[in-house]
Parts: sequence; C-alpha cells; structure tokens
Amino acid sequence: MDLSTTYLGLTLPHPVMPGASPMVDHLDLVKRLEDAGAAAITMHSLFEEQITREQQGMVYHMELLDHGNAEALSYFPQASEFRLGPYQYLEQVRLVKQTVALPVIASLNGTTSEGWLEYAKLIEQAGASAIELNVYHVAADPRETGDAVERRVLDIVGAVKTSVSVPVAVKLSPFYSSIAHLAASLDALGADGLVLFNRFYQPDIDLQELAVTSHLSLSTSQDLLLRLRWLAVLYGRVKASLAVSGGVHTAQDALKAVMAGAGAVQTVSGLLKNGPEHIKAIVGGMRAWLEEHEYESLEQAKGSMSLERSPNPAAFERANYMKVLAAYQMKIA
Amino acid sequence: MTRSYITIDGNEAVASVAHRTNEVIAIYPITPSSNMGEWADEWSAKGKKNIWGTVPQVSELQSEGGASGAVHGALQAGALTTTFTASQGLLLMIPNMYKIAGELTSLCMHVSARTVATHALSIFGDHSDVMACRQTGFALLASGSVQEAHDFAAIGQLATLRARVPFLHFFDGFRTSHEVSKIVYLSDDELRALLPFDLIAQHRSRALTPDRPLLRGTAQNPDAFFQAREACNRFYQACPSHVEAAMARFQEITGREYHLMDYAGHPEAERVIVVMGTGAEVTHEAVEWLADQGEKVGVVKVRLYRPFPVEQFVKALPPTVTRIAVLDRTKEPGAIGEPLYLDVVAAVREARDAGRLPLAAEPKIIGGRYGLSSKEFTPAMVKAVFDELAAPAPKTHFTVGIMDDVTHLSLPYDADLDIEPDDVRRSVFFGLGSDGTVGANKNSIKIIGEETNNYAQGYFVYDSKKAGAITISHLRFGPRQIRSSYLVKQAGFVACHQYEFMDKYDVLGYAKPGGVFLLNSPFPPQETWDALAREVQEQIIEKRLDFYVIDAFAVARETGMGTRINTVMQTCFFAISGVLPREEAIAQIKGAIEKTYGKRGPDVVRKNFAAVDQALANLHRVTVPASPTATRTLPPIVPDPAPDFVKRVTALMMANKGDLLPVSAFPVDGTWPTATTQWEKRNIAQDIPVWDEALCIQCNKCAMVCPHAAIRIKVYDPALLDGAPATFKAVDFKGGEFKGLKYTVQVAPEDCTGCTLCVVVCPAKDKTNPKHKSLDMHPQRPLRDAERENYAFFLGLPEVDRTKVKPDVKGVQFLQPLFEYSGACVGCGETPYVKLLTQLFGDRALIANATGCSSIYGGNLPTTPFSVNQDGRGPAWSNSLFEDNAEFGLGFRLAIDKHVEQAAEMLRRLAPAVGEALVDALLSAEQRSEAGIAEQRSRVEALKQKLAGIDSADARWLERLADYLVRKSVWVVGGDGWAYDIGYGGLDHVLAMGRDVNILVLDTEVYSNTGGQQSKATPLGASARFAMAGKPAGKKDLGMMAMVYGNTYVARVAFGAKDVQTVKAFVEAEAYDGPSLIIAYSHCIAHGYDMAQGLDQQKLAVDSGYWPLYRFDPRRMATGESPLVLDSAAPKIDLAKYTGNEARYRVVEQMDPARFKMLSERAQREVTMRFSLYEQLAKLTFPVVKP
Repeated sequence: MDLSTTYLGLTLPHPVMPGASPMVDHLDLVKRLEDAGAAAITMHSLFEEQITREQQGMVYHMELLDHGNAEALSYFPQASEFRLGPYQYLEQVRLVKQTVALPVIASLNGTTSEGWLEYAKLIEQAGASAIELNVYHVAADPRETGDAVERRVLDIVGAVKTSVSVPVAVKLSPFYSSIAHLAASLDALGADGLVLFNRFYQPDIDLQELAVTSHLSLSTSQDLLLRLRWLAVLYGRVKASLAVSGGVHTAQDALKAVMAGAGAVQTVSGLLKNGPEHIKAIVGGMRAWLEEHEYESLEQAKGSMSLERSPNPAAFERANYMKVLAAYQMKIA
Repeated sequence: MTRSYITIDGNEAVASVAHRTNEVIAIYPITPSSNMGEWADEWSAKGKKNIWGTVPQVSELQSEGGASGAVHGALQAGALTTTFTASQGLLLMIPNMYKIAGELTSLCMHVSARTVATHALSIFGDHSDVMACRQTGFALLASGSVQEAHDFAAIGQLATLRARVPFLHFFDGFRTSHEVSKIVYLSDDELRALLPFDLIAQHRSRALTPDRPLLRGTAQNPDAFFQAREACNRFYQACPSHVEAAMARFQEITGREYHLMDYAGHPEAERVIVVMGTGAEVTHEAVEWLADQGEKVGVVKVRLYRPFPVEQFVKALPPTVTRIAVLDRTKEPGAIGEPLYLDVVAAVREARDAGRLPLAAEPKIIGGRYGLSSKEFTPAMVKAVFDELAAPAPKTHFTVGIMDDVTHLSLPYDADLDIEPDDVRRSVFFGLGSDGTVGANKNSIKIIGEETNNYAQGYFVYDSKKAGAITISHLRFGPRQIRSSYLVKQAGFVACHQYEFMDKYDVLGYAKPGGVFLLNSPFPPQETWDALAREVQEQIIEKRLDFYVIDAFAVARETGMGTRINTVMQTCFFAISGVLPREEAIAQIKGAIEKTYGKRGPDVVRKNFAAVDQALANLHRVTVPASPTATRTLPPIVPDPAPDFVKRVTALMMANKGDLLPVSAFPVDGTWPTATTQWEKRNIAQDIPVWDEALCIQCNKCAMVCPHAAIRIKVYDPALLDGAPATFKAVDFKGGEFKGLKYTVQVAPEDCTGCTLCVVVCPAKDKTNPKHKSLDMHPQRPLRDAERENYAFFLGLPEVDRTKVKPDVKGVQFLQPLFEYSGACVGCGETPYVKLLTQLFGDRALIANATGCSSIYGGNLPTTPFSVNQDGRGPAWSNSLFEDNAEFGLGFRLAIDKHVEQAAEMLRRLAPAVGEALVDALLSAEQRSEAGIAEQRSRVEALKQKLAGIDSADARWLERLADYLVRKSVWVVGGDGWAYDIGYGGLDHVLAMGRDVNILVLDTEVYSNTGGQQSKATPLGASARFAMAGKPAGKKDLGMMAMVYGNTYVARVAFGAKDVQTVKAFVEAEAYDGPSLIIAYSHCIAHGYDMAQGLDQQKLAVDSGYWPLYRFDPRRMATGESPLVLDSAAPKIDLAKYTGNEARYRVVEQMDPARFKMLSERAQREVTMRFSLYEQLAKLTFPVVKP
C-alpha cells in the first residue's frame, strides 16, 4: 500500500510524525521515533520569551552587582566571553539532524515580529529541513482589534518567510474570527503549510492558595473533531499543505484527518502515553484499513471527506450544529 | 616595533604576564589580589596557552598556607610556578617563603600590597604585609604603576630564573591593582625573547625526580646549620646584578628603561625623597612641578628593595644632596623607624664607612609614614615633606596625610594645592554600586584609551555597604603618561547618578569653577533646580557650573533597561563633557555595546542603542539663576538625638569626610560602640512594604525573613496607643497568649532596602483581590515622613516580656532584634539567621565572626548593626581572622567557663556572708529558658547588693565576675569559605573538644565577600570564580563529618523552606551542652537570580532533596533512637527544577552544554544517593546502655 504524501514540499513515505514535544530533548527517543518509522521529526518550540528573557535576564542577574563593591568587582565570568540565548536549541537541531536520516522540522513560538525572529535564520543554518511557526497569542488587550491580531500573525510569517529559504509552516490556534480568511491570507503570503491546531494549556485555579496554576493535560480523540472540520473547510482552498495536530491517537484518527485533507498527521499525546513505537501501530493500522477497504493508495483517500468533496458538506458547517444539538435534546427527553 | 596598547587594571596587567610565563598556578582569594587568580582561572578554563604553548594548570587551595605549600611542591618538582596574594594571605605564606628561599628556588610571586589587620581589618593598600616578608630571603621588587606592574612581572620572572633567589613582586593594593590605565602590552614574542630556554632548563634540572634522586628538607644540627645557612650568600650578593641584567635585557626588547634605583628630579637636588610604589610616582610628578619652579628636589624610586642594593642606592643620589626624607607606607610600632628608613640610614652609613658615599657631605636623613590603608598621598603632601626637609630642624619621624593632634607627628599640608595641568581632563562620577556607573566608566576609559592618542586612567572608590553602596569614579585623560596616583580633586566634569546623594555628600566639592555638572534627577530641569538645597545652589552659582539634568531612570525604564542607567549616563557624559567629538563618541559607545553584548543577542544590543538615542533626546540644560532660590538647607547627617560620638566622628565618616578627622577622634585600641546603624538613615528603597492590618493573619513571617530588621512586630497594652501618630496602625492580637493586647507590624521606612521578601512570604491575600496582600510594596518617598514618625512611636512602645514568648516562629518575632539595618545586600540570605540569633540569645551572646561578608556587614565602619536592648545588653562581637574563627570563639568559651568557675569558687567561699540559700540557687540555677535566665539575673542583682556590703577582697573580685553567673551564649559565625576551607582544621578541632560553643555556618556555597570564588561548599555543576567551567566535585558534607564525632549537635536549615525547623534548631543548638553546628542555607547574589525569589529557591532546594533539612541530636542515642531526624520529605522534584533558575548553573550550560549535561546528571545522582543515605541513617537504632 502506497502511503506516501507530500508535506511542506517534502516527500514522505507516510504522513505520521511526532508533533512538537519534549521527546526530542532525548536523542535516544529521537532514534526510537525513527526506528518506529516516523516520517519526520518535529522539534518542540523555542519560545520568544526564552530568547529575550535569557538574554536580558542573564545580563541583569549576572551584571547587576558588577563593580559595586571593592572586594567583588564581579561574580561571574565576563559575559562577552560566552554566548547567551538558547543556543542549546540550535545545538539540539544539529544533534537530531545527525542522529536521524529524517527531515527535521524545527519550531519557533512567539507573538511579536521583533529580534527573536533572527533565530529562524540560525535554525535554518543549524540544519532544519523546515520551520514550524507557532503564533500562540492570548489576545488580552482590549485595544487590540481582531484585524490587528491577524496582522500580527501575518507580520511574523512574512518576516520569517523573507529570512529563510526552507519551507515554513504556521501552527494556528482555532481562536480567530475568520480562520478561513486568515488561512487564505497566509497562503497568499507564501506560507508553505498550515498546522491545525495548537492546543492551549489553559490555566487552572488553586482554590487553597488563590493562585493560578497550569497543568499539562494530554489530548483525546475527542480533540480531533474540531480539527477535522477545519481541515475539511480549508482543503483545496489553499495551496499550503495541511497538517493535523491534536487528537490523533489511533490509525482511525489518522485516516479521518487525511480524509479531511491533512497531508501530515502529528501525534504527541499518543506517543507520550504509549511510547515512540506507537507510530508503528498507527501507520500499520492505516495500511491495514486501507488494504482491507481496497484503497489503492493513501492519496486516494486524501481530502475525500473535505467540504469540497464530502457527500454531506453541511455537516461541517452551521447546519451540523443544529443537528447535533437537536439530537442531544432528544436523548435527554 | 609597533606598540600595542591596552587599557586594563593592575591585577589583569600582572596576571597577563604571570599566566603566560608559568605552568602551575596555586591560588586563594583575598582582596585585592583575587582578580589575578580569577583571570588566571578564566584564561585556563578557556584554554588560553602560555608562551610555550601549554595551558597553565590553575588550582585553588583551602588557604594561602595551602597555596604556598602547593607552590613549594610544584617548584620542587620543577614546574614554573606562581601565586598571587596579599595581606593576611601573604602572612600565611611566610613559613613556606623561608623554605622556598632557603632552597634557592626560582619563583616570582605577585602581591597587591594590602594592610595587615591590627586594631582593625582593612582591605586597602599599604606595605605592612610585604614588609613582614623582608626577612624571608625573598627578593622584593616594587612597581608603582599599572605599566610598571606589567613590566616588573616579566622582569621578576627573568631575574628569579637568573638569580635563583625567589622574588616577591609587589604593587599597591587598589591604587595599582584596581586602577585602570592605558599601557603598552608585552607581546608573547617579547616575553619569549625575555625568558631563554636555558634558564628554564636549569630550573627543571634542579627538580626532585626519582630518575636522579636527591633529598631536600633535611633537619640539621648545630654542627651544620649555621654554615649551611651562610652558603647561600653569594646568590644574594649576585642578585642585584641579575636584576640589573634583567632590566637591561627588558630594555633591549621593549625600549622601556628601569634601574634598581631610579632617580628623577633636579640634577643638583639638595633635598631628596626615597619612596617605593605609587608614592614614588606621585613624588615624581610633584618633583617635576617643584623643579620647574627652581626647587632643587628629587626622588629616588626604590625598585629592588631586597636584597637592598647599597651601591646602586647611593649612586642614584645626586652628589649635591644634603637632606633625605624616607617615606614608608607601613608602621612598625616600637621600631626606631620604619624599615625603608632604617635601610637608607644603614646604607648611607655603610657607604660612608666604606668611603663610597658620593656625596659632598653626610646627609641628614628623616623618616615618615604615609598612605596607610590607601590613605591619599598627593603632591601637596610631597611638597609638605620637602618643606619639612628645608626646615632648620626637620622632624626626624613624622607622618603625612593625617592630622595627628595627639603626638603631633603629622606635617601640615596645603589641601587645596592642585598641580595638575589643564590639558589633563578630569571627571568625577557619583553612582550606586548597582547602577552600573563604574562599569560604564571603565568602558569610557577603554574607548578613550584605545580609540584616541590620549592616556587614560580610572580609579574607583567604593564604600563598604553591599546594599546601596556609593561608588565614586575618578577619571583622567591626557596627552602624557599619567602619574597622578591619587584622587581627582578638581574635575571639569562632575556627574551625580543618584539624586539622593545631593543631600548627603558634597558632590560639587569636586567641581572645578566653570566645569560641567550632570545630575540624574527624577524631576524636570526647573523643578530639579527648585528641589536642590540652598548650599548646592550656591555652589553651582559660585562655581559658574554648566548644569545639565536627565531623568535617567525614566529613560532606562522606557527603553527596557530596567534600573541600569549606565548606558544613559555614559552617553550624556560623552555628549556634554567634550572629551571626544559628540558623533564620534556616540559611534564608539554603540561599537562598545555591540562588542560587549553582541553575542548575547540582538535584543540586548537594541535596547542599549535605544537608551543611547533616548539619552540624547532627554538631556536638558538648566537655566541657573543669578542667586540661590531655595529656602531649604541641607539636612543634618545624623539626627539630633544621636550620641555625641556619633555626631562628632561617625557622622563625618558617613558624609565621606572621615579623612578630616584627627587622631584624637579615634579609639586607641580599635574598640567601638555598637548600635550605630540606627543613626544612618540611608533611604535606599524605591518601594517599601505597606501593612494592611485588616488582612493580616499575624503569622509574623514577614519579620522572620527580613534581612535588615526593617519590619518589626510588637504586642502592647491598648492604652499605649494614646498619642499615637494619626496613621499608626494597630489591631487586636488574635491569639490566646497576648489576649487583650494590640498588635502592630511596623516598617522602618528609611532602613528598608526594598527587597520584597516580606511581601513574598506574606500568606494573607485579599479574598476579593488576591493580588493585594497584607503586605504590598508602595513608593517610599510619599510614605517616608509619616512612616518615620510611626516607626519612632513604635520603637517607643515597650518590648515584649521575653518570659511570655513561645520559642516558635511567631513567638520569637516578638523579640527585639539586636542586629539591625546592616549594610548586607538587598534580600541577603544570611542576615535573617544572624538576626534570629540575636533575637533569641543576643542579650547574653558573644559572637566570634570569621572574616567575610558577615564581618563586613557586621563590623565595617562607619556604622555597625549589632545593637542593645533597653537594659543596655546586646551581642559583644569581634572578628579575629578568617582562618581562626572557631578557635577564637572557643577562646571566649574557655575564658567564660573560667570566670564562671572562679565565681563559683568565690561564691562558696563567701557563702556564709552572702547566704547559703542564694548561693545554692545561683549555682544550681536552671538557665535553659528565658524564665530561668530572668530569675538568675535577679539573683545576680541580689548577690551584687549583698556583695556591696561585704568588705573583703573576695567580694570585690566576685563583683567583677558575678554577671558571668548568668549563662553566656558563645556563637561562632562565618561563611562556608571559613568553615569548609580555611578554618576547617580549627572548626574540626573545636568540635572534637566538646565545649559548649554554637557554630553558625552561613552557607552561600562560595566566597561571597570576595566575589564568589568556589569553596568546598560549592555544589557540583555550579560555576563559580576559580571553577568557571562548573565545579566538577561535589559539595563537602560538613554536617555528616561533624556527626561522626557523636558529641556534636548538627542541624541543616533553610529558613525560606521551613522556618519552624530553623527556629527549633537554633533553640536546641543553644540549649545543647556541647558543640553545636548549624549549617544554614543562605541564598546569595552570587547565585545569579533575583533575591526576591530567594525563599522560593530555598523551597526548591529542599524539595529537590539538594538541601535536606535535619537535626542530629546525640542525646537521642541514649534512648536508642537515631540521633538523626530528617525534617524534610524525600525529593519531590528534579534537581534541575531548582538549579535551572540560577545563573551559576545556567552559565555552565551556555558555555558548554555537553559538560553541563554530564555534571547535571551526576549532581542528580548524588542528590538521590545522599538523601537515601540520610534516610537510612535516620532509621538507625541503638542499644540502650544503662549507666
């Protein structure tokens, strides 16, 4: 069964790959992902704050008391002598690249189009095959319009696109007033791929301490549904390749995503739960299902359930909401 | 040959040569020499090679004694070896120096000469340390400037290889070691040309090796020792000629000419000064000025002081000389004169007797002392000495630079004499230690020194406070070599980077008429003028100063620079001082920013660039009116109620005018009154905590964590609130023990440093707005006046009855701290422990304090923090040395025990007269509780009354000892450098002796006071000075080592993680009748994070298992239990969660990620293993042995 696909201009033997996760910090896990047949490696994100805070914070704390006291002119080695900033990330890109023969997609996460974007260039130089830009942004400023929020994304993508020659994917959140419009704008800007969607780690409240806390919760197959809808909506309407991220745990999940339009399927929670070898199970399951259902290739299934081609496209749109709601009320009754 | 210029300080200049011309370097930190070792360590860590292509091995030892032993050994094994030290460190090397010299071993060591502690410690410079070595057999080579120090480091290296006599090259601590100067750099090629292979080969051939076995270090008997000791003579006879040859060779290579004795001045001089070090440069400068005016004066600069070259000395004197003044930068009480003076007298006498004195007549020779502890030595003082020499009967022994109104030895001098030419541009900058002023000025010197043809010099004066420390930078730029080794007096440019200083210091006293004055002010230009005191306005008008202001903090804040105003103020300096064309200067500043921060990323660079641009846009010139407009005058330095001594003496020192105090103002033996920080209201906090009494749950944790005793708590009778200031806050006390009383948390607004630890620890949140807590930070300035009044009222409320207080966290914070407002860092992690000690035991404590941070914030003038209670009782404190603190404290114990024993003997003898019952009660008193102590105090009072009526010698004797019947608490306090390293031998011995002393180790895991050098307490994987690449060895487990004795109470505490356990440990340790050791986690600025997070980091240290809390009480063994009780749970988080927040670890990751990973993994393993070991030890049981 031919499971091959193209994503960000890369030809991949199949669409399944680990999404951005801490797994890539451990080269032994990276190797296991390759052995399990991952189509590519996606690095976890390098955050804008990591870059700027590292630079400023280290400078601040290391220099604050320099030359302040007769007996202690400084407490740390001279900063001009060593590099600040998340250079270990670049080093990790290099190491992952050396460890595996797979394409390595590095990831940058930030919200302003400022100096940190220069790291895109460094990431490219470190050997990344492509860059995934994660524009996670909580639009909490009441003065910022929806248009400005979108403009922020477009500015970042535009800046990165002009600075690197490797393909650039944009990982979006579902919280835009017009995802389709934003996707089309990104497409026009030359974004090579769109990854749907970012999962937010929502803050929680500690009742005892009256403090805001955050927890990492793994996704479930339930999370996939939102992504299916938007894959289906965008498929065929943008030149950029589409990837799914969030909620893919099984071969069935992966197949649904491909049918909705995904050229690449990213999975994290499934691998964190079951280990890197779970990729093999997903790919194997996809192959078995397609064979069982007498498909010729995966390509045949790709986008088959998109808005364009689906037998009941309304299910992806507003009508779907009414139908589901009505069904639920009937159940209660 | 093209000359390469660099702009560096003396320490770096010396270390640069020493590192490039040696193979083994053994070091130990001591001010002001530490930086030489730091440079060597840093260069070796980065793989920088010496001139023969190998990276020198740099090792830190446990003390200077250890370093000198390692040096001795490395030399014996044939390596080119060196070391750096000063002061007490040099004294510790003396035994080995005798050996090294006795064995005729080639070594050139480098000493930044510093005062030896006598009536007081001083970190500053004089020759008392070096002079204590003149009998060791070392050659002593003196340099007097940064250039000379650089050059003599090389000359000394060649001379020792030639002569086989070991060399001590010295230069003035701080004045040379810390002066930044533009010098000609010695290249590797030049050094290689200077140090020929055959000399090194000879050194090697003398090495001990089993391939050619020989023996050194024999013990000799009367038949042999004397002759054998004389056998070295010809090497000492030849030594001066080797130095001459080395200087000649140096001149061939570099063109710079030196002699054993260098003369400068009038060729027919009649009056000559003989002097060493920077004093010689100042004298040189003054001599040229005087000679230009026709005065027949000169100076002999002594370069080679030992072996003293008599012949070269007398030859250096012009034949016309009739009078000589010899200046010594040291004092030898009881000697006929100071050492150089005696040498000169003897040299002239011997030359005369030998018929080789090339003078027309025998000269009159007088001797004087100058410059002790870096006291200023200026051309005016040189002139005073020459004037004295011209007097009909000059003083044979004098001092210069002070006013001696007791023994009248001092020479008067004209303090206003300024001989500096106008083409030397002089600038003075007042800044705070933490605002980057000094760093910016060093940067400016580099720019001017390296980018123009000007010579440049920078010298920096610091005070001894760690928080809110003032720095004064003195900069000179000029077309000629700068010999002015003294502070700028008349500056064409004066900048004050902190507005508050205008009311405290005579900033404009430095301003030259017609000069430029730049003030960083929070107000707009005209309001700034209006806000200045009348005296300041008068100075500006009288001196016709060109006055500029900028709100640098606003610019820094707006450009993302935080509180770092360095770039802003540096830009203003270049913009208005005119030392460089404006545009060129701005380009240079930006270039320097790029160079310094380029590698740290574009963000830092961009912010700095923005600061430069915004500085120019926000710099304003003030229109100065023709006459002063202010109605306000300068506030007094200390408030009126201050004691007379504080007003007369301390206040002058606080105002930076201590130099004006005469000898009579000072105690004769180094004894000072305590409780003086209360008079120094420093107002250094931008924001202070404000108490919301409605939210407060009365936990008292805020007072517990305050490093400066600036937030305090009292309970008191409600009736006392009558007459309270309007804004004074009070609520009902909530607990049972003080039912019916009022409760107040009060901030000392002018003493708080704004660290926010109290706010961080405060658990009481507003339920409708949890951002608001019972303590929030608010700007200090608007609160200052009202809170000052509130605090004064608060202090007037009675202290709590100590016998009613429970010995827990809440209870002890009602007790009066007898350690207050110290100069410790903002957010210091040590001082809360010291304060706790004084709250619990301060009224009967003697504290022996090892040298280090705690001795500096504990005992550095002008004001000291240990205070007294309403009865006049409080901690008695002393600092002996760094290395002997445990023994010093033990001495306290021995003396007290003896006093108690004698008192008991007398009591028994006097029992019939005193009364048996009182005697029995006095001798059998329970004194382990506050109530017990209070009862014993009344018994002692009763005893004294009885004794007053008894007419006997015994009664008089006992009156003197009676107070010792109240149990005294002996505390031995110091840092990890003392306890783990230099003082460990003594500490170990004191523990083994089993006497009742309490040892508090304030463990910051580095030598904090000298700049964060590693100690054996430094954790695995952390970067520290001398372990820049990350410490490869684990932290020494001092607690475990102490437990092994089985007689010692040991506790490991971290007040930020579990304050309950900390208090418990202090109480138990003090009550334990035997040695106690408390190892206290102390967060420190040397860890590299915001100290406001100190408490969180302590929690993480404990939660990760890195810092397990425990108490080891040997008494538990008696009941079969394990003496060890673990007070913290098994590790809950990875070590990386703790270490990842601190720059000391992060920097290793930045420098070498692979090494960081390796070290982190090892560190995690060690933490896991060690915790497991403690857990197992805590489960031990013992057979109960019936006595």
